[in-house]
Amino acid sequence: MSKFPKLIAGTAVATLIAGTALAGPFGLGREALPEEVAAWNLDIAPDGTGLPEGSGTAEDGEMLFSESCAACHGEFAEGVGRWPVLAGGFGTLDRMDPVKTVGSYWPYLSTVYDYVRRSMPFGAAQTMSDDDVYALTAYILYSNSIMEYDEVLSNETFSEIEMPNADGFIVDNREEAEAHFWKDEPCMENCKDAPVEITMRATILDVTPEETAAEEAAASEEAAAEDTAAEAPAEETEVAMAEPDPALVEEGEGVFRKCKACHKVGEGARNGTGPALNGIVGHPAGAVEGFRYSNAMQDAAADGLVWTPEELGAFLAKPRDYMRGTKMSFVGLRDEEEIKAVIAYLSTFE
Amino acid sequence: MTRENKVDDTPERKGPSRRGFLTGTAASGAALLAATAARAQTAPDPLITEVQPWASGLGEGVDATPYGLPIKYEDDVVRRNVDWLTADTISSINFTPIHALDGTITPQGCAFERHHSGAIELRKEDYRLMINGLVDTPLVFTYADLERFPREIHTYFLECAANTGMEWAGAQLNGAQFTHGMIHNMEYSGVPLRTLLEEAGLDTAGDLSDKWIYVEGADASSNGRSIPMEKALDDVLVAFKANGEALRKEHGYPVRLVVPGWEGNMWVKWLRRIEVTDQPIESREETSKYTDTLADGISRKWTWVMDAKSVITSPSPQMPITHGAGPLVITGMAWSGRGAITRVDVSLDGGMTWQPARLGKAGDSKALTRFYLDIDWDGSEMLIQSRATDETGYVQPTKDALREVRGENSIYHNNCIQTWHVKENGEAENVEVS
Repeated sequence: MSKFPKLIAGTAVATLIAGTALAGPFGLGREALPEEVAAWNLDIAPDGTGLPEGSGTAEDGEMLFSESCAACHGEFAEGVGRWPVLAGGFGTLDRMDPVKTVGSYWPYLSTVYDYVRRSMPFGAAQTMSDDDVYALTAYILYSNSIMEYDEVLSNETFSEIEMPNADGFIVDNREEAEAHFWKDEPCMENCKDAPVEITMRATILDVTPEETAAEEAAASEEAAAEDTAAEAPAEETEVAMAEPDPALVEEGEGVFRKCKACHKVGEGARNGTGPALNGIVGHPAGAVEGFRYSNAMQDAAADGLVWTPEELGAFLAKPRDYMRGTKMSFVGLRDEEEIKAVIAYLSTFE
Repeated sequence: MTRENKVDDTPERKGPSRRGFLTGTAASGAALLAATAARAQTAPDPLITEVQPWASGLGEGVDATPYGLPIKYEDDVVRRNVDWLTADTISSINFTPIHALDGTITPQGCAFERHHSGAIELRKEDYRLMINGLVDTPLVFTYADLERFPREIHTYFLECAANTGMEWAGAQLNGAQFTHGMIHNMEYSGVPLRTLLEEAGLDTAGDLSDKWIYVEGADASSNGRSIPMEKALDDVLVAFKANGEALRKEHGYPVRLVVPGWEGNMWVKWLRRIEVTDQPIESREETSKYTDTLADGISRKWTWVMDAKSVITSPSPQMPITHGAGPLVITGMAWSGRGAITRVDVSLDGGMTWQPARLGKAGDSKALTRFYLDIDWDGSEMLIQSRATDETGYVQPTKDALREVRGENSIYHNNCIQTWHVKENGEAENVEVS
């Protein structure tokens, strides 16, 4: 018997399904469900369109900020390293190297709420409640002296806040302000009044990365070889550790994404906001060269703390409870399995 | 290399690195001498007279590399990062090795990357594209759905608005890769955004002249930008192939937006949502960032189009002249977000006099154009510059002319004329001139 009738039936069903939702010329795709649109349609416009119901104060936000934001942005939103400064900078926009912060530069409050809610904290985006985002937004405004410490920010009060640099922007006017860059004929001869002289050289500054990739690779291979040589005698005395389960290691690599913003591992790993973590499992605490530890960590190191899987696990579960005063502002890993996995992953780096 | 080849010039030898070059000035002086008198070969070249291993033994079979990489002798032609620019490589940028490329197409593997929350791995099967907002029917497309719409191919440049941004206050980075490498040029296959918007229906939006779209990516940064409907319906492409193959993950696999001629930040990667709105969203990336602060502290916003620009890629600090006086190919690239490049002029004396360069082929709209100037170099110092003109008559300005209008704090949209100081020994340096 021919397959033809079956095919017809199949096509008819498909057409029916596709045909129910769609009016477009190609009849492709399907109608988005309201729940789906709600899940992704999070952006907030300057007039407050899209703001969720909720509220918070700087007071509520202070601890949250310290836990989730301060590692990069500083306890007072003053910025750490090259991470963005969120507060201050008023009156600097017309100077060299202006300090552009939420307070000094951002024209719309909606942008602050929208960005924090959708994209922060770095490495754990979209994990905070709407109220928490109001509280954090209030804290950032407070640190810019735009709101009071106990003033409530909510979807109701949102439009009352005035951003200091709201009038600091103009729409692209290049075609008028730079109309002289359009020319009938570019100059070809005697284009300058005086003989041309060099006025500045890049080599004076000397900020260009020097090494070629090949040289870097060779250098790090050499360094690795040296490391191996130096560590070789120690290895003999070390207790052989069981090889970690590859599946667990792989899972741990995924978990480590939460840590990557501050910690580096692997070849050439360097200290960042947090210390590089090569060889951390089984090694003494507070001992990574060149990293400035908190007093709490230095004290623990002096007392002989070693990052055994057990100690490290306890630290990672609730860093600030385990060690009061640690600089690590990570909130902690709730899942026991995740803790095991990330330790297994870390144990693969010598 | 000169014609006076030595036996120890094995194929393992790399092209000169900048450091190697700087320390080997004396050696190249000798080479220069040799080159001028090189026509007369005194001893036979063993590369010719002796049977070489590759001419006798066998090479690698097929399938040795199922997906090929450049040969090892080219392994210094890679993207590179400037450490001090950003806090972390996850939210950072690197640079295309434009100094070592020719032609116009940028291979994906060395095309610069810019991420806000790292390059994610998103499977085609897990990919969804939503169109919502002021449309007749909010729709969800799978990747397979996108492949069923009529497709177009177009070649466009993508330039980060911050390209050359470190050079506003003065000559800073010594290499075309670092001063101008936040750019690539690829041939995209994709579906016009117009087709997808029409599929969702725009009757609900009413008068389209004051409407916008807001586009957003699937990564944790949720990078989103507002684009006027006029542009959205003009030439914006929802692309899934670049240079004939799937996008690389670092460029938004499986689907990215292509916004021809406009700043790279708008080319949203891992595109997941297109919302039709009646106002711009003014997201972080279009207020806090990608706005241009002028000398008086007022900032321009919505500076989307990339002005005409060009740069000489060789000779340049990473590409010194190693052959001494005589025939020299000066080459570089030019582009404009307003249309096709119609003309490139080159100056050898810091902008006092100019001569027209030869375009490799006629310029395509909003795509890179390659230019050449073939000269007989006399071995004396040069201050080399290139100057692009586009089809609208816009002529690439000098750095001083730009600074006169914009000050030094703009960060973005620095399309000034670049000067390389080529010395008698062939070495080149990034300089500013009067």
